[in-house]
Amino acid sequence: MKLITAVIKPFKLDEVKDALKEAGITGITVGEVRGFGRQGGHTETYRGAEYQIDFVPKVSISIVLDDDQVDSAVDTIAAAARTEKIGDGKIWVTGVERVVRIRTGEEGADAI
Amino acid sequence: MDSGNTAWVLTSAALVLFMTPGLAFFYGGMVRSKNMLGMLMQNIFAMGIISTLFAIVGFTLIFGDSGNGWIGNFDFFLLSDVDTLDGDIPGMALVAFQMMFAVITPALITGATADRLKFGAYALFIAIWSIVVYVPAAKWVWNGWLLDRGALDFAGGTAIHINAGMAALAVILVVGNRRGHPNTPMPPHNLPFTVLGTGILWFGWIGFNAGSALAANGQAAQAVVNTHLAAATGMLGWLLVERLKTGHATTLGACSGAVAGLVAITPCAGFVGGASPLIIGAIAGAVCYLALSIKEKMNWDDSLDVIAVHLIGGIVGTLLLGFFADGAIYGAEEGEAGLFYGGGIELFLEQLLGAVFVGVFSFIATFIIAKSIDATMGLRVDEDAENEGLDQSQHAESAYTS
Repeated sequence: MKLITAVIKPFKLDEVKDALKEAGITGITVGEVRGFGRQGGHTETYRGAEYQIDFVPKVSISIVLDDDQVDSAVDTIAAAARTEKIGDGKIWVTGVERVVRIRTGEEGADAI
Repeated sequence: MDSGNTAWVLTSAALVLFMTPGLAFFYGGMVRSKNMLGMLMQNIFAMGIISTLFAIVGFTLIFGDSGNGWIGNFDFFLLSDVDTLDGDIPGMALVAFQMMFAVITPALITGATADRLKFGAYALFIAIWSIVVYVPAAKWVWNGWLLDRGALDFAGGTAIHINAGMAALAVILVVGNRRGHPNTPMPPHNLPFTVLGTGILWFGWIGFNAGSALAANGQAAQAVVNTHLAAATGMLGWLLVERLKTGHATTLGACSGAVAGLVAITPCAGFVGGASPLIIGAIAGAVCYLALSIKEKMNWDDSLDVIAVHLIGGIVGTLLLGFFADGAIYGAEEGEAGLFYGGGIELFLEQLLGAVFVGVFSFIATFIIAKSIDATMGLRVDEDAENEGLDQSQHAESAYTS
């Protein structure tokens, strides 16, 4: 089992969600996050004073999947979230030791 | 008694009252979220403490007939015998209207000192300031020696805006800059609140200025139009300069420019007509924008630009009245009107004297009050409290919970 974490542009969330649903993924968790990468931040101006805003808003997506679904899910996210402009975000995959479905107590692949 | 005049003044009292919560949101949107309640509370608290003090001694010290032009007597102590005041509106209508002015004036200062005053010290400060600084200035301008000399201040350009603006400068010199200023960015946390507050201020200002006619007449109608138009061109003037200098016309700029126009038209509202409000507002919008750089050059952490908007806006309006006052609007002899309307330079010089005298008085008196409070109970929160924010450290509350 793997955890896919993707940090994407907020306006791409709906497209990514639709693409994942299309690909048969049954659940995702999202959060509003802020960060910077090579894009850096942006500037905002208030009453003539310029502020460097380093942390730009992004959406983080978490999905836990069985190993054989991971590659297609990563490809799906990447394809849907891509604008080819700086700031598109990143996707990374980490190993998961244990998963429990709270309602039933099912574990492992049954809980996904 | 004139029931029409009375109805308008009572209505105006309610309009002016509404400005203080409007100001709270205007300012509140511009602070960081951890200081939101601190800012709202400082403003709303003025409605509690200043109203109380004004009823006890404030009103009588402005309008009690002492026979001198400097300070009133105690004839109307605790609002006794107010019904003996001459005029075609009840004395109590004047009390209601004037009380709201007294409330909002010290509240204006809170924009300069945002995020760093101890609540108890602030409470004591505005209580003393209202009696020692606001009351005399209001007396001189509306019922005392400055009025007698011929200086004009229709609704408080000098008594309120220059006064509060200079006081703001004095307090920030005592209390110091916010921790992290100017290197840590402290952008506004909720500009929609600032827009909301601007709308409330603009709306209330109709009563503030036109109510100052103390009658439902042509002068009041002129003041309504002047007020609205100056806000409009204040916005345009600010945005034009901002757009030229930074490349953007900002929402905060539109709000700030409108308020700058409103401040500048305040002393002029019942004394000018024709195109004058359009010109006065536009000049105020542009000049107040350019005045933003003063605090940067001087390293004054005037956090929400009380100096640029209220002090400079108040000076602009007070001095421009020396040029634009039109005797036909307020029934003055041509010789007493402004330079552009048949008068000489005399009115301008009286305006200058009033602005300088009230400004210097306010600065010195405020500095002494603030310094005294700072030396005894401390005016400023400690480092931990400032980092934590006023909401938690001063009030044990949070503005935003989920």
